[in-house]
Amino acid sequence: MKARIAITALVALLIFCAGYAALFIAPDEATMHAIQRIFYFHVASWNAMFCAFFVAFYASVAYLVTGNRKWDALGVSGVEVGVICCTIGLITGPLWARPVWGIWWTWDAKLTSTFILWLLFIGYLLLRGLVEDPEKKASLSAVFAIFASLDIPLVYLANRLWRTQHPQPVIAGGQGSGLDPTMSKVLLLCLFAIFCVMILALIDRYRLELLRNEAAELKFEIESRELDAADGAANPALQKGGL
Amino acid sequence: MTTARAAAIILAKELRLEFRTRELLTATVIFALVVVVLFSFAFDPTAAESRRYGSGLLWIAFLFAGSLMLNPSFAREQNNETLDALRMAPISSFAILLGKILANFIFMSLAELVLVPVFAVLYNISLAGIVWRLILVLMLGTLGLTVTGTVFSAISAHARMRELLLPLLLLPLLTPLLIAAVESTASLFAEQPALDRTWLAFLTGFDIVFLTASWLLCDHLLEE
Repeated sequence: MKARIAITALVALLIFCAGYAALFIAPDEATMHAIQRIFYFHVASWNAMFCAFFVAFYASVAYLVTGNRKWDALGVSGVEVGVICCTIGLITGPLWARPVWGIWWTWDAKLTSTFILWLLFIGYLLLRGLVEDPEKKASLSAVFAIFASLDIPLVYLANRLWRTQHPQPVIAGGQGSGLDPTMSKVLLLCLFAIFCVMILALIDRYRLELLRNEAAELKFEIESRELDAADGAANPALQKGGL
Repeated sequence: MTTARAAAIILAKELRLEFRTRELLTATVIFALVVVVLFSFAFDPTAAESRRYGSGLLWIAFLFAGSLMLNPSFAREQNNETLDALRMAPISSFAILLGKILANFIFMSLAELVLVPVFAVLYNISLAGIVWRLILVLMLGTLGLTVTGTVFSAISAHARMRELLLPLLLLPLLTPLLIAAVESTASLFAEQPALDRTWLAFLTGFDIVFLTASWLLCDHLLEE
């Protein structure tokens, strides 16, 4: 418990340092100025999202292979944390794009693919909410997660092929080639900080899921015992008979 | 019993069941027709406009109709718990899935067979000279739709609100298929019709990826 609090405090300190570095230490960008600083968190949240969804994919495959419910708990934790990171990325993106590109959104390959990714994994969470039987929930959502993960490269490829055959609506802004050395150091710090936050959230969510499973099992056991006791009271002959 | 033979028996059962009433086919065709008609109010259906938007409209209608049609595929096995009986049979679970995929492929193709000529008439698109190429594109697209749709129908059959859940899970997954199918159909509807090989290869790839995934995962999909 103490170790967990210490680690959480450490990650909080790290994210504070990253925020400070992104806002005050990183040099001002020549054309975009202050708004460009959102970049440090935008890129970092995408990075964390990919790691979280990769964990979810790996856990789903592992659940189907081993049948161990712990993998299922890790899978749902990965998806939930990944969806949060994805949402942060989808919100910070338009905030950055509006002053720089002049539009909130463009249907280019990366934006479209991440939006579809977000929709698919929201579907995953909905599916889990709508299936009652825990065993079914685990195996069906694992199958769905694998299908969704297989789909993502195809979504990206389709959009790349499609958009390169059409003129891009906006090709303004974006980064030039190569970053200022201070910028890349700050970026690395931010990547690491957000990654740590993601891992911390993932671990806590995983613990929560295990506790929930345990609570559900205990509840089921208590209910079945109460049912047995009620049966016994209603039918004493059955109890005496040693059943 | 070989998988192919078992799948053929499941297919025959599905066809017999459907052709007793033809409820599903009729409803699917009418639904897609409603979508096609509604779209005529969303833009001006002149020949030039139709060439630009027609292929997208057609595939959106198919995707929506498909995501509704595929729902009963596994859901109707729930009523009398007949899926358990199917699972007890000494056949592989892939045979059950394959039989259902083939049945849905046939239903969807039949619906398209009715819809495409009606669509061509309503939107002034000439099908002369492109029929075989169009059939190829339609078949590849429909296969992808029915493979993923049948698998997701097996998933959503166990959920509450399954009628709503299936399109919700299926339609985002089908976006790459939609792009590829729309683009290859659009190049056929163009003034100089041509078969776009890139998109055709993409459609084939999509079908292969998800057919393989269904084959690998069907035991978990249909397990007790």
